[in-house]
Amino acid sequence: MKEPLWKTLTPGSVILEPGSSAKFKTGSWRSMRPRWIEENCIQCLFCWIYCPDMSVIVEDGKRKDFNYDYCKGCGICALECPGKKGNKAIVMEKEGG
Amino acid sequence: MTTIPLRLKEISRQEDRFAYGHRMCAGCGAPIVVKQVLMATDYPVIASNATGCLEVSSCISEYTAWKIPWIHSAFENAAATISGVEAMYRSLVRQGRIDDRQVKFIAFGGDGGTYDIGFQSLSGAMERGHDMLYICYDNEAYMNTGIQRSSATPFGANTTTCPAGDVIPGKPQNRKDLTKIMAAHNIPYAAQASPGHWMDLMKKVRKAFEIKGPKFINIIAPCNRGWRSRTDDAIMLSKLAVDTCYWPLYEIENGVTRITVRPREKKPVTDFLKGQGRFKHMFAPGNEWMIERAQEYVDREWERLQKEAACWAEDEEKTE
Amino acid sequence: MGKIVAVTGNEAVAESLRQVNPDVCAAYPITPATDLMQRFSSFISDGKVDTEMVLVESEHSAMSACIGAAAAGGRVATATSSQGLALMWEMLFIAAGDRLPIVMPVVNRALSAPLNIHGDHSDTMGARDSGWIQLYSETAQEAYDNAIQAFRIGEHPDIRLPVMVCMDGFIVSHSIERVEYLEDAEVRNFVGEYMPVNPLLDIDNPKSYGPLILTDLYHEYKRAQHEVMTRVKNVVLEVAADFEKLSGRKYGLFETYRLDDAEIAIVILNSAAGTTKDVVDSYRSKGIKAGLLKPRMFRPFPYEEVAAALSHLKAIAVLDRADSFGGYGPLFSEICGAVMSMDGKPPMINRIYGLGGRDYMPNQAEKVLDELVGIAETGKVHTLKDYIGLRE
Ligand SMILES: Cc1ncc(C[n+]2csc(CCOP(=O)(O)OP(=O)(O)O)c2C)c(N)n1
Ligand code: SF4
Ligand code: SF4
Ligand code: SF4
Ligand SMILES: [Mg+2]
Repeated sequence: MKEPLWKTLTPGSVILEPGSSAKFKTGSWRSMRPRWIEENCIQCLFCWIYCPDMSVIVEDGKRKDFNYDYCKGCGICALECPGKKGNKAIVMEKEGG
Repeated sequence: MTTIPLRLKEISRQEDRFAYGHRMCAGCGAPIVVKQVLMATDYPVIASNATGCLEVSSCISEYTAWKIPWIHSAFENAAATISGVEAMYRSLVRQGRIDDRQVKFIAFGGDGGTYDIGFQSLSGAMERGHDMLYICYDNEAYMNTGIQRSSATPFGANTTTCPAGDVIPGKPQNRKDLTKIMAAHNIPYAAQASPGHWMDLMKKVRKAFEIKGPKFINIIAPCNRGWRSRTDDAIMLSKLAVDTCYWPLYEIENGVTRITVRPREKKPVTDFLKGQGRFKHMFAPGNEWMIERAQEYVDREWERLQKEAACWAEDEEKTE
Repeated sequence: MGKIVAVTGNEAVAESLRQVNPDVCAAYPITPATDLMQRFSSFISDGKVDTEMVLVESEHSAMSACIGAAAAGGRVATATSSQGLALMWEMLFIAAGDRLPIVMPVVNRALSAPLNIHGDHSDTMGARDSGWIQLYSETAQEAYDNAIQAFRIGEHPDIRLPVMVCMDGFIVSHSIERVEYLEDAEVRNFVGEYMPVNPLLDIDNPKSYGPLILTDLYHEYKRAQHEVMTRVKNVVLEVAADFEKLSGRKYGLFETYRLDDAEIAIVILNSAAGTTKDVVDSYRSKGIKAGLLKPRMFRPFPYEEVAAALSHLKAIAVLDRADSFGGYGPLFSEICGAVMSMDGKPPMINRIYGLGGRDYMPNQAEKVLDELVGIAETGKVHTLKDYIGLRE
């Protein structure tokens, strides 16, 4: 017989798996989508330090693409991106457009 | 001691201690604050969190965004709760039952949970001298319950409990200066920071963690829902708050006040106010006095802060 | 064998805390519990315990700090009374919901308004639905014994719940009585080493305490919490059996006094049971078959066992030292719950006595027993709920 749900809960509602929010993909909230234009990127990593959703992938100190599973499309990265010679390295586009 | 150089290339190599998948609104300032605070250090950290937007959105059912030990118990007691955790740590280390791994203790609270309902608990914990850092992420209203005014809400702001109406044009009172009040507890470290100035913010957190005893950092955390602004402007506004001297960046270390970032040129407060719907009515004809009053308040406080800092700077010169 | 001393209830319970040696205590003064934590503080100042004391700025913070400390992973205690318990109210539910075994002696006192510092049970009765285990104590000895057992009960791996140990303000907290202390080593052995469950201080395995749980699971969490309470009874009895081996003093879910062959009985909590027992004796010597039942464990309430113990009676009076205005006294409501499933329920009356420290005198018990004699004969109840001991 299947155990009832209430018997399977962790006592005191303690959550034992750190960072388990990763299972909840917030990318579907997005209505605008940031696009990275690599050639304009000066690797300043401002987009990384300002992203509220940890959705700018940086590997070994190098900026890579966005993590669209979680990016909510707020546009902070695009607004703060200095780009190269006035040309932004991030532009916001309509999601699915 | 945290030794990683404060360069983004270097700190980006660390593992995130606050994960994606949290449910704060797109463009919320609070998670930026949390991430920068936790990124600033490589000490083990245990945090408590007052009820509010950050708490409800970061830990729901089996989903937690926290990769550090974390406890939320209620709204008004983040400071008391972490002081219990810290006391247990000290007790068990002293008794030799656990190793001293130089664990650092943080309490996160919103402005409501800090300036208002949690004020007594915070004051008590600071006076008792727990080895803890209290971080207030100040979005200037009770956002979680739907943008009600708090004592951190600035003069004139339109909130759901002090709506700008025909007779009363938004919040009639000035904001409470909590950083000053915390400094008046004569704690070893109190400061103000802004996520737009990440380097300054992280330096302050690092400094705080090298000081034993109670520390307080008040960090402005724009909320586009409550401020009626755009989802992309949290960092822009937190920089403008500094550039207009609306939210000066300073620290008070052992009673000595130091301005840590001085705007190159002080911008008019309207630069900060104008992009936010909560201040829109202040720009309507007939309400010029409101803008004047807001500017006067900023000027007076900035003047005071500069004098205070200058007085200490003079002192330092004399002793040198 | 420990020593025999003449001490107050507060002194005895402070001594039990010294012997248990909790890792963290939080304290805030309130009459008549003040002196309990004051005594404990002097143990700290004299280096007699390892406890880290958090001298908070309010009872709300006391319970908050206890919650933080217990979640951190160690043994925790505090004490309070009346307004202090009322101020903690919000946090009581959180301590229980988080399944944190905090032990809290509560020195029972009336609630304002009007302000009153004397003993009644309004404070802990107000907290009966908070999810805490509640043990009540007639004497300083019982308070001492209950406090020690409370750690074992609350920390039991099947339970992990906070426990209140209740004793009457002034009547017990401040009166000197004969108390038998156990040896320090016996107490430490009895409570054993603290076994943390999901401690926050395990920094290599981070846990999150206190999530937001919405409609999808809240109901299930509460069902699980109820289940834990159903296990408490057995653990209380198991711990009591061990305690009896150690001390020779017997405890159960409740105490009965001359009840087995009684026809009428009074059900009453805490110190007033002592006076009532004397009156029961004098009625027995007059040939009237009176008896008494004194609940020890009020939460969870042992309905079945209480019902079985009362089933043969012809009339019962439940005396409450607290009122639920517009309702029956809280103890009466529980006894109603207990007898509900019985065939041929005995007639019952509810009498409110001793509020705000009003003396409970033998003549009050006598009047109640006289009334019960009449009810037992006629089977008729005139006034179901009433106040006794009112001034003319
Ligand atoms: C004792 C108590 N009173 C009221 C509430 C309702 N409440 C929950 S969060 C909140 C506002 C939080 O405001 P703040 O601390 O500024 O955090 P924010 O949501 O703005 O981030 C309120 C009023 C509560 N949870 N507990
Ligand atoms: S749009 Fe917002 S959420 Fe997405 S990567 Fe940029 S800053 Fe992060
Ligand atoms: S902010 Fe712009 S330039 Fe800087 S790293 Fe990000 S994409 Fe590149
Ligand atoms: S309401 Fe404001 S503070 Fe709350 S999550 Fe949304 S943006 Fe952040
Ligand atoms: Mg707020």
